[in-house]
Amino acid sequence: MSNNEKGFDRREFLKGTAAVAGATAVGTLAPFGLAQAQSGKIKIGLMLPYTGTFAALGVAITNGFKLAVEERGGKLGGREIEYIVVDDESNPAKAPENANKLVQRDKVDVVIGTVHSGVAMGMAKVLKESGTLWINPNAGAGAVTGPLCAPNIFRTSFSNWQTTYALGKVLKAKGHKNAVFITWKYAAGEEMMQGFKEGFEKEGGKLIKELYTPFPQVEFQALLTEIASIKPDAVVAFFAGGGAAKFLKDYQAAGLKGKIPLYGSGFLTDGVLEAVGDAGEGVETTLHYADSLNTKKDNAFRLAYAKTYKLQPDVYAVQGYDAGQLLAAGLDAVKGNIGDKAAMIKAMEGAKIDSPRGTWTLSKAHNPVQDMYLRKVVGKQNLVQGVAWKALADPARGCKA
Amino acid sequence: MDFAFFLIQLLNGLQYGLLLFLVASGLTLIFGIMGIINLAHGSFYMLGAYLAWSLAGLTGSLAGAIVAGILLTVVFGMALEWLLIRRLYERDHLFQVLLTYGLILVFEEMRSILWGDDVHGVPVPALFSASIPLTENLSYPVYRLFISGVCLLLALGLYLLIQKTRLGMMIRAGASNRDMVQSLGIDIKFIYTLVFAIGVALAAFAGMINAPLSSVFPNMGGQVLIVCFVVVVIGGIGSVKGAMAASLMIGLAETFGQVLVPEVAGMIVYLLMAAVLVWRPAGLFGKA
Repeated sequence: MSNNEKGFDRREFLKGTAAVAGATAVGTLAPFGLAQAQSGKIKIGLMLPYTGTFAALGVAITNGFKLAVEERGGKLGGREIEYIVVDDESNPAKAPENANKLVQRDKVDVVIGTVHSGVAMGMAKVLKESGTLWINPNAGAGAVTGPLCAPNIFRTSFSNWQTTYALGKVLKAKGHKNAVFITWKYAAGEEMMQGFKEGFEKEGGKLIKELYTPFPQVEFQALLTEIASIKPDAVVAFFAGGGAAKFLKDYQAAGLKGKIPLYGSGFLTDGVLEAVGDAGEGVETTLHYADSLNTKKDNAFRLAYAKTYKLQPDVYAVQGYDAGQLLAAGLDAVKGNIGDKAAMIKAMEGAKIDSPRGTWTLSKAHNPVQDMYLRKVVGKQNLVQGVAWKALADPARGCKA
Repeated sequence: MDFAFFLIQLLNGLQYGLLLFLVASGLTLIFGIMGIINLAHGSFYMLGAYLAWSLAGLTGSLAGAIVAGILLTVVFGMALEWLLIRRLYERDHLFQVLLTYGLILVFEEMRSILWGDDVHGVPVPALFSASIPLTENLSYPVYRLFISGVCLLLALGLYLLIQKTRLGMMIRAGASNRDMVQSLGIDIKFIYTLVFAIGVALAAFAGMINAPLSSVFPNMGGQVLIVCFVVVVIGGIGSVKGAMAASLMIGLAETFGQVLVPEVAGMIVYLLMAAVLVWRPAGLFGKA
């Protein structure tokens, strides 16, 4: 084992030396070298879940990203694209290893990933160190654009905090003076609770109780009974996927629906409305996307996506699409010369992304500054009710870059 | 918490405990009596839920789906025992863990190919779709009470089957001395096939009957697997009575834990298991 590793090291070392020698040799022919660099393919590592619970999300993000590239003739900054795909299985334990593989072995120019926040945290350490350009198309962990922020780290989705902060204003406008927050006891749930609490208290509201159930448990009966005994003005919830479907149904079955209004982070009602019957009807949520924006850009995107993949796009597809758009903005600015990283990052920082969700820009910590929509479940759709918060920026606490 | 809500939480706890028993009952049989560590138990639960969803869509009724689903899973369980599980009896537990863990991966992938990765819902049968009002803003779904009733019947049936019937006697005898039973001229191979099939069908039945409450989604089996093992271990391996007692204990502990000490709610089950094992290393009703 140790012998092998030594052998590997030596080989790597020799390769490195050869590369340096080669670079010196062509150094005198700089114009030729430059042309060479710009005509080669750009290597993009897609590190996303393609199996397991989040497989559908990984596929949607990939589809969205590729659509953005195809719309530019299959090229970004005039250069062709080569994809290297890694299934991260939403497994945080394998995250550093998978990220390392892309950076060290495949020598990718850009990494796109991922869905699961735990995996993103594992990637962050590796990518912050290597300095490889990283665009995160989903994972909302605050730390990614907080304490871990770096010039090469970008996000095109949301921070968990963003998805609930605007709800405070919404509840206040409806005349709710107090509320209960219910979620899973894990990082994303706690960050969304924090976002809501801040937003609501700023409006003079009071969060009277935080209710947690262990992740990913879906037995809510005890907590629903607790809610009934507290009798708050409103309930705010974050669950996703199967847990969200079960929560909505249990909330209705417990007789709370229609008595205590239910609000949530948009993920509560995304992708589950087919499964819950009428249990979701009327639930209001905030998110950076909705089903009925009916803007020119969104309609064009939805049509192109449906035509290409025979599927309806969702918020994840939009985030993947925007990851492609953001990368294109950077590469266009440097005409495909990805070696000029400083100029590229500067261009990306200044980009105005014309997204299906509406135009957004990046904050100093590289998280989208975006409109949060208030949506209401009507039938099987999250219909937009208006903008709950114009250009909401994550506070990026702990970001020193 | 006033007294009325205390009573409601008590009901929640008991009801949840019965639900746990329903899911764990198949494991009690397979792990407790055959001695097979069946990590794929949760996958059979998931299989049941997906069958309920797809068959209810085809037949239009959950009852029809359950009947057809049980027949399918019994056949499936027998085939599985005959093909794979039967090679494990003579082997170490490690082989059992390896094989059944492999089965989890196979079943998850099959599920993804056959049914996709979306979340689905199964409507509660119209007969049980009502709710009973308890307080001014809380009511109790009748379907949950119906499931509790089914669980009690099932527990009784299992107890009678194992303790009072001839088949049960042969199962128990086979569990304690397989070779002796065989030399007495009893077809122990077939009995084991049968027991395994019943275990699989029980897990799938739990998934089916619970589908309207739990929704149907990928990886749903993983969540129930661990708590099922905890139930069997606390109750004492091989004891139906023990599994029932353990299920109720866990149901109550989780319910009141979530309400009274939410900070440690995730650990309560395991603390309980540790405490029971210190006090009685073989579990509540296990034979040391």
